[in-house]
Amino acid sequence: MPTRKLLACAAVLALASCGGSQKIDPESQFGPNPNLPEPHRGLLPQMHIPNVVGWKPGQAPTVPNGFKIQAFATGLSSPRRVYPLPNGDVIVVESKQTATEPLDRPKRPIIGWMISRAHGPGGEGPSNRLVLLRDANGDGKPESRSVLVDHLNAPFGVVALNGYLYVADTDALLRFPFTPGQTAITAPAEKVTDLPAGPIDHHWTKDLTASPDGGKLYVGIGSNSNAMERGETAEYERAQIWEVDPATGAHRTFASGLRNPNGLTFYPGSNTLWTVVNERDELGPNLVPDYMTSVKPGAFYGWPYSYWGQHVDPRVRPQRPDLVRKAIMPDYSLSSHVAPLGLIFYSGSQFPAKFAGGAFIGEHGSWNRPDLNGYRVVFVRFQNGRPVGDPENFVWGFVGEDGNARGRPVGVAVDRTGALLVADDVGNTVWRVSYAAKPFKVSGAQMTSF
Amino acid sequence: MAEIAEPTRSPVAAVTGPVYLLLFPIPVVCFLGALITDLVYSSDAVLQWLFFSEWLIAAGLVFGLLAALAALVELIAAEPLRSNIVGWGHVFLFYAALIVELFNALVHSVDGWTAVVPTGLILSIVGSILALAAVATVFLVPVTWVPAREVRRANP
Repeated sequence: MPTRKLLACAAVLALASCGGSQKIDPESQFGPNPNLPEPHRGLLPQMHIPNVVGWKPGQAPTVPNGFKIQAFATGLSSPRRVYPLPNGDVIVVESKQTATEPLDRPKRPIIGWMISRAHGPGGEGPSNRLVLLRDANGDGKPESRSVLVDHLNAPFGVVALNGYLYVADTDALLRFPFTPGQTAITAPAEKVTDLPAGPIDHHWTKDLTASPDGGKLYVGIGSNSNAMERGETAEYERAQIWEVDPATGAHRTFASGLRNPNGLTFYPGSNTLWTVVNERDELGPNLVPDYMTSVKPGAFYGWPYSYWGQHVDPRVRPQRPDLVRKAIMPDYSLSSHVAPLGLIFYSGSQFPAKFAGGAFIGEHGSWNRPDLNGYRVVFVRFQNGRPVGDPENFVWGFVGEDGNARGRPVGVAVDRTGALLVADDVGNTVWRVSYAAKPFKVSGAQMTSF
Repeated sequence: MAEIAEPTRSPVAAVTGPVYLLLFPIPVVCFLGALITDLVYSSDAVLQWLFFSEWLIAAGLVFGLLAALAALVELIAAEPLRSNIVGWGHVFLFYAALIVELFNALVHSVDGWTAVVPTGLILSIVGSILALAAVATVFLVPVTWVPAREVRRANP
């Protein structure tokens, strides 16, 4: 009798762990039509978290031949975004999660511990503030550093617009009177609008950008859960992009079903908003691909009911076939769990011609697949305002040969000189990538050498 | 019940026996509770029931592990249990329930519906049947609340 029961339970366990193993080439998940295997979680989600060791003096990420990388600023405390101003000053957003998520399930403290291990200590100094770096002569070595705004609440996006500096804290869109050139803002914050935040505030980064005419602001608001496992009410006004009137703070939903949209950026010379999105976890190491997409006004991108268009997530109840039918496919897959958090289109003139109008994407890196993915800045070429080809490594080596993480890239930006800035919130550094060779001497061979 | 006052009963077993009997019902109740909350969740999909199941299984495993250790010591230290085939059967059923529920805890950590339907619910049923079978056999097992000496004194 007991033996039979044991056999029965062994059969159940086999049932629980069998299914496809999702062994696919991650590169088959690049571009507009990614290879999507069947969902397969296994008994435990597969996790691989590199030890955080930081950068030793003299160490730096790797860049393609012809390019040069140097630390623009070190000793920061969890820098997540960089925002260059037209006068050459660079605002660095130092930011750490301030919310404590409720202990609703036994697995929360375990996953929380895993993620905090992946982040490392994130710098010892004060964080949650804006630091201004002044590089007046544009040589990539700032002459001065000052605290522009202090005591913020997990800020992420910043935009200078019409005499104000707009800052997206995790719980509110703030603005301060600001003229580029200022090194400190003493005026009190004015709240433009509250943003969806506590008491959970799971995906807490609120990215921010302004429309090309400056008439509207766009705020990315991440979901409160992985796949709505905290219920529908926790997702009220979340997993969407808001369009906000900067003067009145009034908002409307611009697009929804975007699990964790960051890197909001308008394509240069267009009125098309782009974003990179972190898709859901625990459907296997090769599901669901994270993506970059242009954001169609009013569109629904599936989360939580479906992924990559209309692939239904079996975990979500109630099911909403009506919404799944409306879900549209994003433009361009970056492959699974790369965790893109930064996006910028190259609008400078320093880099070779193929980079013009292309996208640099900061991939924070995976924690829930056996082989690390991401931990790099990739470049995606654009033609006629659309992405073409596979992503190419542009800044890598954030994970060393020993498998330890020295840093993790987040926000990316192009500075006044046309160099690429990368915020590294684990290495507590802002990196600057410049083109070493003189542009007019670039040969075809050099341009295609990576 | 006079045969409980077995003179070969060691002092260690005199402690672990009562400890085992004290702890043993806790995981049983937790696993049965999780079966009930699983059944409710699989009928209405209200996530709170899934969370109840997860905590009940987790609590059952914590107390079950302590009970399992007590049972192990009892098996090693107490000759009456060791030499009793029903005793072995009881401990086997209890351990089997714990192992099934350990896997059940992992299955229940899925984010939503498939945490319960169907695998989590099946494991809760199997784990509960094993736990109830362990309950059915515990009365036949020579493990006692009362230290041997006191039983002797109580005997006329």
